[in-house]
Amino acid sequence: MFRFILGRLLQGLLVLFALYTITFFLAKAMPGEPFTTEKNVSETTKQYLRKLYGLDKPLPAQYIIYPSKIITDRDFGVSTSKGRPVRDIIAQSFPVSLILGLGAMSFAIGIGIPIGIISAVRKNSWVDWSLMAVAMVGICVPAFTIGPLLQILIAANVPGLKVAGWGNPLDFLLPAFTLGLVSAAYLARLTRGGVLEILSQDFIRTAHAKGLSPTRVILKHGLRGGLLPSVAYLGPAFAAMISGSFIVETIFQVPGMGQHFVNAAISRDEFLLMGVALFFGFLIIMMNLISDILTGILDPRVRIGKAAQ
Amino acid sequence: MSEKTPEAGSSLWRDAWLRMGKNKAAMASLGVFTLIVFMCFGVAWFCKDPNAVTLTNKFASPSGEHWMGTDALGRDLFSRILYGGQISILVGLIATAVSVCIGVTYGAVSGFAGGRPDALMMRIVDTLLSIPFLVVVIVLQAVLSVWSSDTSSWIVQHWNWDKTFTDRLTNIVPLFFALGLFGWLTLARIVRAQVMSLKEREFVEAARALGYDRFRILFRHIIPNTLGPTVVYATLTVPGFIMYEATLSFLGLGVEAPNSSWGILIKEGANFMETHPALLIIPGIFFSLTLFSLNFLGDGLRDAFDVKASKD
Repeated sequence: MFRFILGRLLQGLLVLFALYTITFFLAKAMPGEPFTTEKNVSETTKQYLRKLYGLDKPLPAQYIIYPSKIITDRDFGVSTSKGRPVRDIIAQSFPVSLILGLGAMSFAIGIGIPIGIISAVRKNSWVDWSLMAVAMVGICVPAFTIGPLLQILIAANVPGLKVAGWGNPLDFLLPAFTLGLVSAAYLARLTRGGVLEILSQDFIRTAHAKGLSPTRVILKHGLRGGLLPSVAYLGPAFAAMISGSFIVETIFQVPGMGQHFVNAAISRDEFLLMGVALFFGFLIIMMNLISDILTGILDPRVRIGKAAQ
Repeated sequence: MSEKTPEAGSSLWRDAWLRMGKNKAAMASLGVFTLIVFMCFGVAWFCKDPNAVTLTNKFASPSGEHWMGTDALGRDLFSRILYGGQISILVGLIATAVSVCIGVTYGAVSGFAGGRPDALMMRIVDTLLSIPFLVVVIVLQAVLSVWSSDTSSWIVQHWNWDKTFTDRLTNIVPLFFALGLFGWLTLARIVRAQVMSLKEREFVEAARALGYDRFRILFRHIIPNTLGPTVVYATLTVPGFIMYEATLSFLGLGVEAPNSSWGILIKEGANFMETHPALLIIPGIFFSLTLFSLNFLGDGLRDAFDVKASKD
C-alpha cells in the first residue's frame, strides 16, 4: 500500500509538471500584453513593471524561476491584473469554492446514490425507467439553464433565498444544488449499474438462501461492491466541482476560484493563471489518489491486481 | 457475454442493428436526433435570416410570422435556434471526428507495438488524463481565438475569400481542435485494449503468413474490427462536446457573433429570463433534447454491440 501511494505521488508530481509546462507555454502564447488594462501606462513604467514581475528575463529562466519560488518560498507570483499576490487570492477564494463544492457533493450523494439503489432494486419497472429518465435530464440540461430557472422559480418565491450573491448562510443552497445536480445524475447511473452487477452474482444468491432479509442483503452485501464505480467517480468529481464551477459562480455571483481562472485567461494574467491551474491540478491529483485508496479498501481485488502487476 | 460472436464482420453489424431495432428508447432517440438534424440543416435554409434585426418588433409573442417569437433585437427565434443548432451539432460531430482519428490511431499503434513503446505511450495518456480538461481548453481557446482573427485577415488578403464567411469559419475551426485535441484519451485506451486482444487472433496470424507488412495488418485488418466500441464511445462523446461548446460560449470564449450556437442563445436568454423566460427555455429544450437523444442512442448502441462499460 505504501509503495502504491508513493508511486502515485511521484506520478502526480509528473502530472503537475506537465500541467505547468502546458500552462506556461500557453500563457506565453496568449494574445496581448499584461498591464494594458491600466490606462496611460508609459513605456518606462511598463519596463519597470516587467522587471518587477520578472518578465524581462529570458523564457527558460522564467520557466525555472516560477516553480522553484513555489517550492522555496511558497510564492505563487503576483497577479498582474489585480496587483495582489496569487497566494492571497487563492487563500481568499478557495474556502468559498470548498463550501460550494462540499454542498454540491452532499446534494450529489444524497440524491444520486439512493436513486441508483432504488433503480437497481426495481430493475426494469416503471420506477426504474422514470428515475433513470430524470437522471438523464440532470445530465442533459446544462447548469446554465437549470441555474437561471431555479433563480426565477425558487429564489424569487421562497423567502430567505436570494437570486444571487454570497454572504448569508443560506446563499450556498441554490448554487450547490445546481452544481451537484449533474454529478447526482451520473452517480445515480453508476450506482445502478454497480449494484445491478453485484446483485447478479452468486454470493448474493447465497445470502438470500441463508434467509437474510432483502434489505440487509442489498445494504450489507450489495452496496459494498456496488458502490465501487461511484467511489471511483466521486474523487475526480469532487475536484471538478471545486474547480469547474465557473458557470455556477457566474450565474449566482459567488466569489469563488473559478471566476479568477476565467478572468486570468481573458486578461492575460499569467501568474494568476498558472497559480490557479497548478492549485486545481494539485486538488484533482489528490482527490484521484484518495478515491483510489478508498477503492482499494472497498475492493481487495484491486490491491491484488496491482500487486500482481 | 458467454457466447462468442461469429467471425464474419457483416453479421456483427447486422446483429447489432437488429438488437437496436428492438430498443424503443434508442430508436425513438434516433428519430428525434434525425429530425433535429433535418431541421437545422434542411429546414433552416427556408427560414428567415437569423441575424435580421427589427427593433420595432422586440420580444414578440409566437405568431404565424415568427413561430417562436422574437428576441431582444427582434430577431426570429425559430430561425436563430435552427442556425445555432448547425454550429452546435457541427462542433460536436467534427470535434468527435478529430478525437476519433487521433484516439484510434494512437491506441492502435500503442496496443500493436506493445512492450516499452506501449508503456511509454500509455503513461503519456495517463498524465494527460489527469490534467483538468476544461482548464486547458479555456486557455487554449483564448490563445487560438486571436490566431483565428489573424488567420482570417490573412486568408481574405491572400485568397480573396468572402470576409464574413472567413470570419465565421475561423471563429469555429479552433473550437474543433481545442476540444478534439483533448477528447481522444479515453478512446485511445479503449482501442488499445481491443487491439491487444485482436492481435493474438488467428486472422492476424494468417495475414502475417501472407506476408503483409505491419502497417497493412494494423490498418486493414485490426482497426476495422475495433469499430464497434469506437462507434459506441464516439456517440457518447458527441453530446459531451456539444455541452463543452455551450459552456465555452456561455463564458464568452467560444462562438462569437455573427455565428451563434445554442450556448449563445441560452446565454442571451438568461439575460431576459425574468420578463421573457421563453427565450431561455425554448433553446434550452432544443439543446437538452439533442443531448438526451444522443445519450440514449449511445446507450442503445452500447447494449447492441454488447460493449462492456468498464474503462480498461
